Order: sequence, then C-alpha cells, then structure tokens
Amino acid sequence: MAEETLFKVTIDNITVEVPAGTTILQAARKIGGEVTPPAMCYYSKLQGSGGKCRTCLVEVSKGSEKDPRPMPKLVASCRTTVMDGMEVKNVTSPRVQEARAGVVEFLLINHPLDCPICDQAGECHLQDLSYEHGKEGSRYEFQKRTFKKVDLGEYIQLHMTRCILCYRCVFAADQISPKREHGVLDRGDHAQIATFIQKNLHNEFIGNVIDVCPVGALTDKTFRFKNRVWFTKPVNAHRHCDKCCGEVQLWLRGDEVFRVTARKDEWGEVKEASNGKTGWICNDCRFEKKNLADWVIEGPTNVNRHSVIAQNKYVGLVKPTETFPAIMKGRNPKLLMDIHSVSEVNKPNIHLSQLERPAHSTDFNQ
Amino acid sequence: MGVKLLLAKAHIEGIRSYDVYRREGGYQAVEKALKTMSPDAVVEEVKKSGLRGRGGAGFPTGMKWSFIAKPEGVPRHLVCNADESEPGTFKDRYLMEHIPHLLIEGLIVSSFALGSNNTYIYIRGEYAWIVDILEKAIEEAKQNGWLGNNILGTGFDCNIYVQRGAGAYICGEETALLESLEGKRGNPRIKPPFPAIKGVWDRPTVVNNVETLAAVVPIINLGGEEYAKIGVGRSTGTKLISACGNINKPGVYEIDMTISVEEFIYSEEYCGGIKNGKRLKACIPGGSSVPILPANLLLKTAKGETRYMNYESLSDGGFATGSMMGSGGFIVFDEDQCVVRHTYTLARFYRHESCGQCSPCREGTGWMEKILLRLENGHGKMSDIDLLWDIQSKIEGNTICPLGDAAAWPVAAAIRHFRDEFEWHVLHPNEAQVRNFGLAHYADPLQVPAGA
Ligand SMILES: Cc1cc2nc3c(=O)[nH]c(=O)nc-3n(C[C@H](O)[C@H](O)[C@H](O)COP(=O)(O)O)c2cc1C
Ligand code: SF4
Ligand code: SF4
Ligand code: FES
Repeated sequence: MAEETLFKVTIDNITVEVPAGTTILQAARKIGGEVTPPAMCYYSKLQGSGGKCRTCLVEVSKGSEKDPRPMPKLVASCRTTVMDGMEVKNVTSPRVQEARAGVVEFLLINHPLDCPICDQAGECHLQDLSYEHGKEGSRYEFQKRTFKKVDLGEYIQLHMTRCILCYRCVFAADQISPKREHGVLDRGDHAQIATFIQKNLHNEFIGNVIDVCPVGALTDKTFRFKNRVWFTKPVNAHRHCDKCCGEVQLWLRGDEVFRVTARKDEWGEVKEASNGKTGWICNDCRFEKKNLADWVIEGPTNVNRHSVIAQNKYVGLVKPTETFPAIMKGRNPKLLMDIHSVSEVNKPNIHLSQLERPAHSTDFNQ
Repeated sequence: MGVKLLLAKAHIEGIRSYDVYRREGGYQAVEKALKTMSPDAVVEEVKKSGLRGRGGAGFPTGMKWSFIAKPEGVPRHLVCNADESEPGTFKDRYLMEHIPHLLIEGLIVSSFALGSNNTYIYIRGEYAWIVDILEKAIEEAKQNGWLGNNILGTGFDCNIYVQRGAGAYICGEETALLESLEGKRGNPRIKPPFPAIKGVWDRPTVVNNVETLAAVVPIINLGGEEYAKIGVGRSTGTKLISACGNINKPGVYEIDMTISVEEFIYSEEYCGGIKNGKRLKACIPGGSSVPILPANLLLKTAKGETRYMNYESLSDGGFATGSMMGSGGFIVFDEDQCVVRHTYTLARFYRHESCGQCSPCREGTGWMEKILLRLENGHGKMSDIDLLWDIQSKIEGNTICPLGDAAAWPVAAAIRHFRDEFEWHVLHPNEAQVRNFGLAHYADPLQVPAGA
C-alpha cells in the first residue's frame, strides 16, 4: 500500500497531521475542544451533507505552504479540505465569531424556542449552539413562520416549525433506508420538509431520520412527551437482529425502556457497530422492543458531549478536551467562574446513574 | 453609430428563418471553424478576443474554456444559460427571439471548441414561445447539415437540446442550473468541484450565457484580434444592454463599450433621455443584483471622471462609489421614484427566490424584506436602518452561492447612498405615505443633456 500523504494543518495555534483529503472540520475534531467548529448540517456518515447551515465557517489565514495567500471569504470547514501548511482560525478569529453569531441569530429568528415542550430539549444541537455561540437576545420583531404539525405515520412526528433545513433526514432516507418518500418542498424561507401528498413514512430504516435530526423537528412518537431525556438513563444494550446491528442505546427509567436510539459518538453522530459495520438501527429495534427482556444490557453509556444531559453525573462521563492553554499559547486565564462548584447546586458528589430511579430534589437535599 | 455585431442584422425581414439568415452570411463561422481550425485554435481565438462572460460575473470566456477537464472517454458538455431571470435583464430574450440562428451558430462553434457532442440550452419556463423559435431553428439547422452527425464531413457530431426550467431565478446560477437540468431540485452545488471538472452528470461542463455564446460568431468571423480592437481596455467587443425604467426609449441596445453613461441615457440613439422631462435620480446599471448609484456618481466617478458603459468604468470606485456591468440590465429612476420602496421590492424578490439551503440567505432575506416593508409603510425605527446594514453584512460572503450577495448588495448600496431617504421615512411616516422624497444633493450637479 502506498504511504498515505499527511498534511500539517494548524487550527487556532494547534497543529495536527491529517491525511490528504481530510476536511478542516474533521481535522479540528481530531484536536477536539473549543477548536472544533459547531456543525449543524454536516454528518460524516451521510454523503453530500454539509455546507448548508454555515455554522462551521472558519477563516483560512494561510492557504498552504505552497500558496500562503489567505482565503478572502470565510469557508465552510465541513466542506473544505486541508492543504499542507494551512493555517485556520476558529475561536481566535473575531470575524468568525461575528459571522457565527449572525448565523445563530438567523437560525433562531423563525425557530419557535419551544424547548420547554420539545422532546429534543437536553440533547438538541441548536440549544448547544445558541448557548455557546449565540447572543442573549434577538433583534427579530416580527411574527415567526409556523407550520402545522405533520403526522408521518405511527412512528415519526414532523414538527416543521423547528426544522433548520439541514437536509440530513433527506440524505439519510436516501442513503440508508430502502426508499425516500420525503424531501424538501418549495424554497427559501417557505421551504419545508414534506412528503408532498401527505404520506406515512414507514420502511425498515426510516427511524434513523430521528437520530440524524439535530433539532426536535423529527421525533419518536413512541417516546413523545413521555419523559425529559435528562430524567432517563442511557445504557448500552444489544440484541440479535437480522436486519441491523442490534446495538443500541436504551433510555431507561427504572426498569422501563422509554426510548431506543442508535449509539452516538461525541459529535452526536451514529457510531459504527462493533463489527465495523454501520450503526444505523432498524425500526423493529427502535420502536418495537420496549421490554428490558428484549435486550442484553452492557452497562451505562459514556456520555461525552457537553450538552445538558451530560450535566448529570453519569458514570464514565468523558469531559471535552481542554484546549484553552494550547490556543492561548501556554497562557491559561480563568475565564468563567465555575458556578457549580461555588454554589454546589447540583451536588457534584451525587451520581445520578447510581440511583435506581429518577432523581428528585430530595436526593439533592439529603 | 457604434459598431453592431450581434444585432446588426436582427431587423432584416425574415432573419428568424434559416434561409434569410444563411443568405445574410449566416453559418460562415461554423464553416470556418470546423473546416479550417482545430478546437484548440477556436479556444485560442476566443482568448485573444478578450471576450468576458455576459451572464453577470464577466469572467474571461477563453480562460473558462481552457479550464475544462479532458479525462479520457468521458463526454464533455456545453450548456447555454438562457434562464435570464434577473429583474431588469431581457437582452437574451431579444436575441433569441429575433435572431435565433445566431445563438445556434455560436453554440455549434463553441461545442466544437469544447468537444461537446450534446449541448443544452436551459431556458426559463416563462419564455415558452422562444422554446418553439429555438426548436424550429435547431430543426432547420439540422436539415441543412449544420447539426447531427458528421457535420460538413468533418467527423464532428453535435446535437442541441432545449430544456425548459420551471420558473426559478436560482436556476440561473450555474450549478443550480445543472442540478435542474439533471431533473433534480435546483439547489446550487457547493463548490469545489467546479463545473469544468464535474458538471452535468459529473462530466466536465462549461456553462455560458446566451450573449457570450452568440458573440463567438463574430469573433470567429472577424478573428479574435480584430474583435478585441472594438471597445476599450479589458472591455472588448459589444455588449447588449436592456434599458428600462423612466426613459423615453426603453429597449435592447447593442453598444460598443466606449460610450459614456450620459450619452447612453440622453442621446437619441439610445435611451432618449428621461421621460416627461423629469430629472435623473438614480440608476442600477447592471441588473437588480448590482449596487444602485445616485445620479452624481453614475455620470461621473468619485474622482470626477466621466463614467463609461464598460466593465472597468462602471466598477470604478468599488462598492463605495461604483457599481458593476453585471448582466446589462440598465434600470433608470427619475425623481418620482422612492428608493425605500424600490429596495423593498428587490428584497421581496430575493426572499422569494432564495433556494433556502443556507441559513443566512434563507432567513436573512425574509428578515430584510419585513424591515423594509415596515420602513416603507411608515412604521420603521431609526435603528432599523443600522439593523438592515448589519443583516446584509452577515449574509454577504457567508453563503453557498452568490444569490446571498446579490440580495445583500442592493440593500447595502441603497443605505450607503440614500440613507437620508430612509431616515426621512422614519421621521415623516405620514408624509412618506402621500409623497415621495424626491431628489437630494446626489442629483446635483444635474446634467443638461449634452448636445441633445
Ligand atoms: C442567482 C443567480 C442567477 C443567475 N442567473 C443567470 C441567468 O439568468 N443567466 C445567465 O447567463 N447567468 C446567470 N447567472 C450567472 C451564472 O451563474 C454563470 O456565471 C453564467 O451563466 C456564466 O456565463 P458567462 O461566463 O457566459 O457569463 C446567475 C448567477 C446567480 C448567482
Ligand atoms: S427535519 Fe430535522 S433532519 Fe430534516 S432537515 Fe429539518 S432539521 Fe434537518
Ligand atoms: S445563497 Fe441563497 S440561493 Fe444560494 S444556495 Fe444559499 S440559500 Fe440558496
Ligand atoms: S456543518 Fe458546515 S455548513 Fe453546516
């Protein structure tokens, strides 16, 4: 085998080596932490995804060793491949921060902000994004665009008003389900995910659109309004399935299986299965196996993304990489007071995953 | 009279038909190119001519052609962009309607140069009757041996197909056009890869505007060097301008790019001056996407030099005090026009035409439209003006395709040059409902029509 060409790329003063053809985003993910741009539409396992949401814009301050000219425009890091000697600025570029805050504001002007009644809350990428990159308020003073809720059959609910048109579900239906029966209808800010003439979405793998949806636009009807995700406990489990890998994440409360999803990595993407094949799961496993007896439990899931659910003290919580000193070239100023350790509101010594049932305030007030 | 190359014969009775077109010297360029030149020599000639794309961006055509990838065994395609949907632009329509064989001839020569055996004309659906005209012309050309297999015994095969769009402005953007041509939703592609490497059906493709491809005919007939002598600097040859708005003689004019903007507006040969003896307020010189200019910056550059109707002169001063040649859609405003209302109209257009793929354009265009409507209706706030500025700056440069920029620029230019008019709308909400702002300092010094 020919030796792989490695390119050196420096992102926010941190240098990594990646194979030629790697995107800036993937290189940044290799570094991890703050250096990684947020990605709302890109999904490494879906071909053709990315480039749309513009949250991952970065500044290329040096094109490459050969051609050091900077790129005039900010580029979508998810669709721009690295060159040898490229220098990229993400958190160190005020231009990027400005543009990204703009994108977040755009994404939110028509978003209903109905997190309190949204099943996605707690594991929503738009929540993370607006918390991390948005401004406190909105300058939008008009009526928001709304759509009627659409029932896509017995398993999937479409709440178009929350959709950010990332197209992931379209790619997913195309690439991993036997048949795509929905798509994007109309254009501009009146574009919508639809089946054209109202149809049910049901084929063996269509449930995966719920897993790829970064927001609460596509939700699991078998789980709708049953519980808040942070009250349920994720455990890894598997079963023998002749349709899919059968490796899933169960979301439990006591012995009750509230929800079944595919296993996800720290970027929120469905992981590969242990045999190296894809980790997408079939509708049977997702919707029809809601008894603990259907599954072999492997143990608690490592929650390693910094979203709300990670705030609970799950066993094996992997903290995001701390890149700050590296970005600041050695300096490590204290930027935020750690309010949790000061006020101890969440009693960091209490491990929720060790409780047999959901936590209540009594657990904290002991 | 300036030199005419494209429309010189457009008024001859019956020129739409093959016989008359041929009698008037038509298809000589095909004969010359196919029989006496190699494909590369044709590309070379187009390079020498200095021809720049007439679809809006003004990219040198010869250079674009030389970028096309030539992998072994993969067909290449030429696609003619006849989607012409930019408000104010209607020059391609005129050309195709009056002298369709000129386009067909240009397409055959260009297909030969690029090695395209199957060439497509992608035309906007609203031009339904022109489809018939083009298909008739193609049929006539075929019957007379200019299309089909082994043209003129040279071994070169070429077919031309006309594909109708379904009425989306965005399908004029070249990669959206290719998607649509493939039968998909007309979403612009993320570049790279560029069409020259992976275009229609992933094959190397060149997309050119109707006028660009028609101009290849005089280039071959005259020779690239002769063609380059017409015009000035890097604005060679002739350009079609579709003039509209408050002028006495709206229509499509062919200019050689040496005349001044003032001459174009006021001379009898072209627009014939402002209608009803009114005064010139502003003008969009190159189609709705390019910055609007107030009268004083239109006729003279910021340095006080005369502004000419060519690529360099129209863009003199950059976006601060200049504009662009764009697609040649020349829209003239007289003193009775309201810049706020006009900007709102454009914002509404761009909002409606955004494909909705990328967040800044999808959400930003709608937001700008709403604010502009509020301003126009007298419910605006002073802070709205800065907000508009901020929104447009967050769209510009941050989108997949140039439609985002095209939506941002008109708003930016209107605020840059006509801020007082926006402020007047805020300060005099009631008055703004019954009368227009009229002229201000930017219409001074007013031009007295030279020699008219
Ligand atoms: C939103 C949008 C709409 C466009 N519409 C047209 C059009 O209607 N006709 C056209 O020739 N070019 C149009 N263009 C420009 C094309 O993308 C492309 O640059 C052009 O066809 C290239 O041809 P040329 O090099 O001959 O100018 C449009 C571009 C954008 C971004
Ligand atoms: S429904 Fe979800 S996955 Fe589909 S486009 Fe909308 S946000 Fe993306
Ligand atoms: S800029 Fe607008 S039209 Fe162009 S791809 Fe983005 S949303 Fe579509
Ligand atoms: S993740 Fe790159 S543009 Fe959406």
